[in-house]
Amino acid sequence: MALPQPKIDTLEARLGALTMPADGWPRAAREAALERLRAMGLPGARDEYWKFTRPDTLTAPEAPEAALFDAGEPPMFDAFDRLKIVFTDGVFDPAASDDLALEGIEIARLEEAGAADLHWAREVYGTLEARGHAPVPRPLAALNTAYATDGVLIRVTATPSKPVSLIYRHASTTSDAYLHHCIKVETGASLTLLENGPAAARFNNVIEADIADGATLHHVRAQGRDHERRAATHIFARLGEASVFKSFSVTVNGVMTRNETVVEMAGERGVAHIAGASVGDRGFHGDDTVFITHAAPDCESRQVFKKVLRNGATGVFQGKILVPSVAQRTDGYQISQSLLLDDDSQFLAKPELEIYADDVACSHGSTSGAIDEDSLFYLRARGVTKDEATDILTLSFLAEAVEEIEDEDLAGDITARLEGWLARRRG
Amino acid sequence: MLTIENLHVKLEEEDKEILKGVDLSVEAGKVHAIMGPNGSGKSTLSYVLSGREGYEVTEGSAQLDGQEILEMEPEERAAAGLFLAFQYPVEIPGVGNMTFLRTAVNAQRKARGQEEMNSTEFLKLVRARAKELDIDAEMLKRGVNSGFSGGEKKRNEILQMAMLEPRMCILDETDSGLDVDAMKLVAQGVNKLRDAGRGFLVITHYQRLLDHIVPDVVHIMANGRIVKTGGPELALEVEKSGYADFAGEVA
Repeated sequence: MALPQPKIDTLEARLGALTMPADGWPRAAREAALERLRAMGLPGARDEYWKFTRPDTLTAPEAPEAALFDAGEPPMFDAFDRLKIVFTDGVFDPAASDDLALEGIEIARLEEAGAADLHWAREVYGTLEARGHAPVPRPLAALNTAYATDGVLIRVTATPSKPVSLIYRHASTTSDAYLHHCIKVETGASLTLLENGPAAARFNNVIEADIADGATLHHVRAQGRDHERRAATHIFARLGEASVFKSFSVTVNGVMTRNETVVEMAGERGVAHIAGASVGDRGFHGDDTVFITHAAPDCESRQVFKKVLRNGATGVFQGKILVPSVAQRTDGYQISQSLLLDDDSQFLAKPELEIYADDVACSHGSTSGAIDEDSLFYLRARGVTKDEATDILTLSFLAEAVEEIEDEDLAGDITARLEGWLARRRG
Repeated sequence: MLTIENLHVKLEEEDKEILKGVDLSVEAGKVHAIMGPNGSGKSTLSYVLSGREGYEVTEGSAQLDGQEILEMEPEERAAAGLFLAFQYPVEIPGVGNMTFLRTAVNAQRKARGQEEMNSTEFLKLVRARAKELDIDAEMLKRGVNSGFSGGEKKRNEILQMAMLEPRMCILDETDSGLDVDAMKLVAQGVNKLRDAGRGFLVITHYQRLLDHIVPDVVHIMANGRIVKTGGPELALEVEKSGYADFAGEVA
């Protein structure tokens, strides 16, 4: 079906401002992605999948300006021993990065990979993204595959001694960054991947993760507290038999954050846990969109999303569990909850289950609520001030999501940060 | 220490008077018990004293050490030395019990212009007090009351009381939901805190708690008023013949 003219116009305007990198083997994948993109067009305000989130600033030819943000505190994960890979405004920063060498993994930069013969990466780049458009198109991801200028290709063959940490830095108020990372976790191997930092004025990020049989990928991402952040991120994960994928995101501030996570449980007995904790104030708009397909029997998936909203902030959750008839004995769980700290904020949720198998245990729930008065009184009766008690109950609300993080130290770090940020807002 | 005079309280939402002129005075070093049938206003009294929302004081006063408390915020009353052991302690998952205790202790110290307790001192104290109440490290680490049994929750209330060292302790139906062993443990914890400088108001429906926390004075409350005051023997009388006789005294 031909695209309507306004969609063509928006797309062509966007493409006009971009240049496809002329690298080696990725070029074919890029051109294929562009073809996909031309068939679907960029997201528009009338698209069902963008009902709650306006895509215009994400699709405009120019990135809206975004002020640089000085957090006034050490960056996230600072205390952890990790292999640091730094991108400033979407460009690899060798001076700030560690040596890209660590036992048990191979790391290549996308920008340089074209000349090398990386069989495994050729099989991943653009492949998982391409599989992620049915039944819902994700054009910003195809745009990314076609035009991403940098990123890392990571092959994990064992269990490295420390996490790989992707650190994003924002230096220009008009930067428009496209990063694309491919991760292949080989059979039985495991990796912890961290992401943090404001990346650019506008950031389009794609991670394709191919997790082989018995392999594990833990992903922990911190987005915040840059107020003017605009980011569209996608994770496409394919899970082999008895593999594990756990992804957690903390999202604080930012005027436009859309995080899409697309999981294909391709092998039996896979486990996927996708979780997020958001704290938004005023112009905050945070959208978590998750699509989990149980393509094999005996898999377990969990989605746990918690959003604290106040002063007119908007939180969005679209989460789906698709269970085709083959996926017997699926264990699926999905919860999305918002804590609305005032009457001006809103939480828009679309929880979906689509089940064709007859022997499954799937549950989902979505709630919106205020601070519980009984709990508040309990804390105040112990001498805790109303504001501090509100923070404690806010942290308690977020805890169920934070607890999804496998590593207790990382979870503790994130809790401590959340605590600090809440206290700071209290002034 | 705690002086309540002619206290009249109605529900904020509806025109229903719950307390109809309560007069009560608890001296330092004494344990007063309030007994009464369901709906007599016992729990309302504890909530009004500790500052829960939803009630309107229409007449009368309540003073703690000469200080009028009914206009204070709940946290100010706590800092002034008032403590309510809840009938239904609230679960706060994800917030460590120990962290919560420390926050509460230090919030009160701060409000009183005292220095925060350093963490070594705090840890030592909390471990010692917890041990006396048979509260293990695991319970201190878990979320506040999160997944605790009824008995664990009540013991945790007493631990908070022991850590906060209030001047005036109100225990609201602390025996409800406890088996005999748990009740003994709780009573032991309370008795340990009895001293010349501290007052207690023990609210209970049944006499059995008062076998373990022996009161100096027993009040019978019915229909929003104290209808009879006496010694421990009054509690035994209730145990024998129920509240019907006292309700009669009101009517």
